[in-house]
Amino acid sequence: MDKEIALEMRGVSKYFGSVTANKNVDLKVYKGEILAVLGENGSGKTTLMNMISGIYFPDEGQTFVNGEEAVIRSPQDAFKHKIGMIHQHFKLVDVFTAAQNIVLGVKNEPKPIDESKNAFLRFFAKIGRKMESGLYKKKEVAAQVKEIADKYGFEIDPKKKIYDMSVSEKQTVEIVKVLYRGANVLILDEPTAVLTPQETEKLFAVLRKMKEDGKSIIIITHKLNEVLAISDRVAVLRKGESVGEIATKDADENKLTELMVGKKVELNIERSLPQNPADRLVIKGLNLKNHDGVKVLDNVSFTAKSGEILGIAGIAGSGQKELLEAIAGLQRLESGDMIFHNPKKDKPVTFFHKDLHRVKELAKAGAFRYENGETVDFTGKSDKEIKELVNDGKVLFKEDEIIDLKDKTPLQIRELGIRLSFVPEDRLGMGLVGNMDIVDNMMLRSYRKGKSVFLDRGKPGKLADEIIEELEVVTPSAHTPVRKLSGGNVQKVLVGREIASAPKVLMAAYPVRGLDINSSYTIYNLLNKQKENGAAVIFVGEDLDVLIELCDRILVIGSGKVTGIVDGRNANKSEIGLLMTKTEGMDENGVESVKEAVNE
Amino acid sequence: MAVFTIIRSAINLGSAFLFGCTGETITEKSGHLNLGIPGVMCMGALGGCRGVALYMKGTDPANINGLLLLLSAMLFCIIYAGATGAIYAFLTVGLRCNQNVTGLTVTTFGIGCSKYFIKSVNTANFNYASESLSRLFPFSSKMNAFWQIFFGQGSLVYIAILIALITAYVFKKTRVGLKLRAVGENPAAADAAGVNVTKYKYCAILIGSAVAGLGGLFYIMDFLHGSWEYDVDSIGWLSVALVIFTLWKPDLGILGSFLFGALRILPTYISFLPRDIAGLLPYVVTVVVLIVTSVLDSKENQPPAALGLAYFREDR
Repeated sequence: MDKEIALEMRGVSKYFGSVTANKNVDLKVYKGEILAVLGENGSGKTTLMNMISGIYFPDEGQTFVNGEEAVIRSPQDAFKHKIGMIHQHFKLVDVFTAAQNIVLGVKNEPKPIDESKNAFLRFFAKIGRKMESGLYKKKEVAAQVKEIADKYGFEIDPKKKIYDMSVSEKQTVEIVKVLYRGANVLILDEPTAVLTPQETEKLFAVLRKMKEDGKSIIIITHKLNEVLAISDRVAVLRKGESVGEIATKDADENKLTELMVGKKVELNIERSLPQNPADRLVIKGLNLKNHDGVKVLDNVSFTAKSGEILGIAGIAGSGQKELLEAIAGLQRLESGDMIFHNPKKDKPVTFFHKDLHRVKELAKAGAFRYENGETVDFTGKSDKEIKELVNDGKVLFKEDEIIDLKDKTPLQIRELGIRLSFVPEDRLGMGLVGNMDIVDNMMLRSYRKGKSVFLDRGKPGKLADEIIEELEVVTPSAHTPVRKLSGGNVQKVLVGREIASAPKVLMAAYPVRGLDINSSYTIYNLLNKQKENGAAVIFVGEDLDVLIELCDRILVIGSGKVTGIVDGRNANKSEIGLLMTKTEGMDENGVESVKEAVNE
Repeated sequence: MAVFTIIRSAINLGSAFLFGCTGETITEKSGHLNLGIPGVMCMGALGGCRGVALYMKGTDPANINGLLLLLSAMLFCIIYAGATGAIYAFLTVGLRCNQNVTGLTVTTFGIGCSKYFIKSVNTANFNYASESLSRLFPFSSKMNAFWQIFFGQGSLVYIAILIALITAYVFKKTRVGLKLRAVGENPAAADAAGVNVTKYKYCAILIGSAVAGLGGLFYIMDFLHGSWEYDVDSIGWLSVALVIFTLWKPDLGILGSFLFGALRILPTYISFLPRDIAGLLPYVVTVVVLIVTSVLDSKENQPPAALGLAYFREDR
């Protein structure tokens, strides 16, 4: 290759205490090239990039910029070598405007002074200019920002505050910030994880323009199709070590996965036919308003059946989160019904959830039978006799128990076996406590069951060990604070915990957000296993390909309305995409309207 | 006419709050809640008294050079207060100790230390020194009460207002101010943007402490005319409350501290409220402001987001 090397790392290692994040890694990137860095979660990609950008300092190894050795001890040093990083978790000041964030920390050179004046005047002019350069001038900065934005085709409003921005806008600010500092090497850490497909396309267009401009770009992403679409070369890391480089034109998804994982991996989801599907969760006419009084759910109705996976597709923020939270009892409904069919048919009645009074009431209504089919009648029996009958397991439910979730507390709903695992954009925001270890996070779900005042860490400890082993969580031990794990591993802990409770309804929202391909398939298979066990699985996903491959039925939601329900086996992407952007609700026969939409 | 006299002394006392408030605001903008400010102010007062005593030694009380006296007092005040602030800075920035605990320790240290060492300061001619410090324009003594509000104050009052105005300007208009605010809001972002976070934190804490210390000097030498009969630390606590009251805005701090000054001296002029109850007024208003801002839920009028949190770059 006759191209010049822009940046090279030789034999770089980094240790965090006893954990090796990177060992003897070599990496180089040429000018005018897009290099994709690939690896499983926790393989040390982000650590490596942080060493280039000066957040971490390598314990061993050398870095070369344009052929000369560079010592990068801080982000300032990185900027000096024209290296800029766009972090996965944006490093922006919320209460600042876009422009303020962009100029933050940039030295403003004083304007040159007129040398013809006498020395005395020059001295004061110098001080004046120096002071002037220390001022923050809105208009000047806005003009500079606009210049960069126009050059690469960004849309940006310099006056907008960060807290008012969408994720994609924030990312734009981050990129412009780096370009404003004149970076020639740009590092993007999972830039597409939080973007919609359209936003991703826009970003890629910008990246290609930068590449033509001679800039070097290093991009970290888990989405193999994106790697193939955007990069020129791929460097693969495994367990902190570099395992190989490959030109993108010679690569395909299977090859890349094999390099990443180190063995051949089957990349398909086995979708079995639903076994005796029965209604498990019936949602009727759900209406919900958010804090600002905006309608987020508009007349949502659907049924989740046992033994099937119901996918929910939709543009981010169309009400998916609110829908799941409503079912879990975390939202106050405006109107609508949520009926849960507790699978109790032919199962013995227990006093675990029902007290004697309630059992007597239900018996009066004729809800129970004896083993021979005879309806249970408690009239004339003493309390003691009833207790004995029930405790002997002689009293059975006739039908599934119908429970209205509307007047249940979140705790009661969870006790019924309706579990929600929601992975928010920042991953740690819901369901896990960062400073607690894996065992204690398991206990968040079970500490109420304890009988004594002291905690029993035995069972949760065992569960934690199981999850670590089964889902291959990379962690020094089960007693490591969760916030110290890498993003993907945090998620495995979260999803693993909810699945471990053998739920009757499992709601998983974005469970593979930011996960590498191998772990993603582990999670898909776990969901499938739940389905085979007879749970009703509700899966909210971003990737339409996966939804089509995994789900039995797909519910499409568009601005809070159900715009269609399609069969997962016959669905195609364009059909779902159309429904996602549709704004009218579905009519009575949902499938029909889908066909019309496609024909249009 | 009595109204003008009240206003004059409200502004006068308010200046003590203003020093403390501006100093604490500068510190808090860097993300450090310095509860050591009362102690810093005590030490500032002690240092100031040392400076005055040093000047007065061998100076004829009838023939005081006001400028030299002021400079000597301010210099020692800043050294003492700055050194106390440096203890806090080293513990919280350098060693990343808990800011609340460190601050309270510094306060306890400052109060005790100043009370002990003030005994060794020769306060013999302090009344003469105080007379010089508490009147910048000698001609103003012939003016009526209204003009006394503006011209009948000591030089430190004007310095307090000047410092507050400069601070407000730096925060709003300059790149240094932008960087300092970024450090307090999101040190990781500032660091990634190339700001030297540690340097800014140290500078903010030291400058903030020096400014706050001047409040102690002012309180003793100007407001109390050189006596230690009242505790300086109560002024310090009110200054910390004042930062919240003025929503971390130094220009608003000028008005806020004058109001606090008025509330503080009002009990001596009104009789229908018991003195101790009336003394609570500044705290009551602060609580009201806290309630109002939290109800409004504005993103702008909030404390710096990283206030009270230690920053370590390689933290995971």
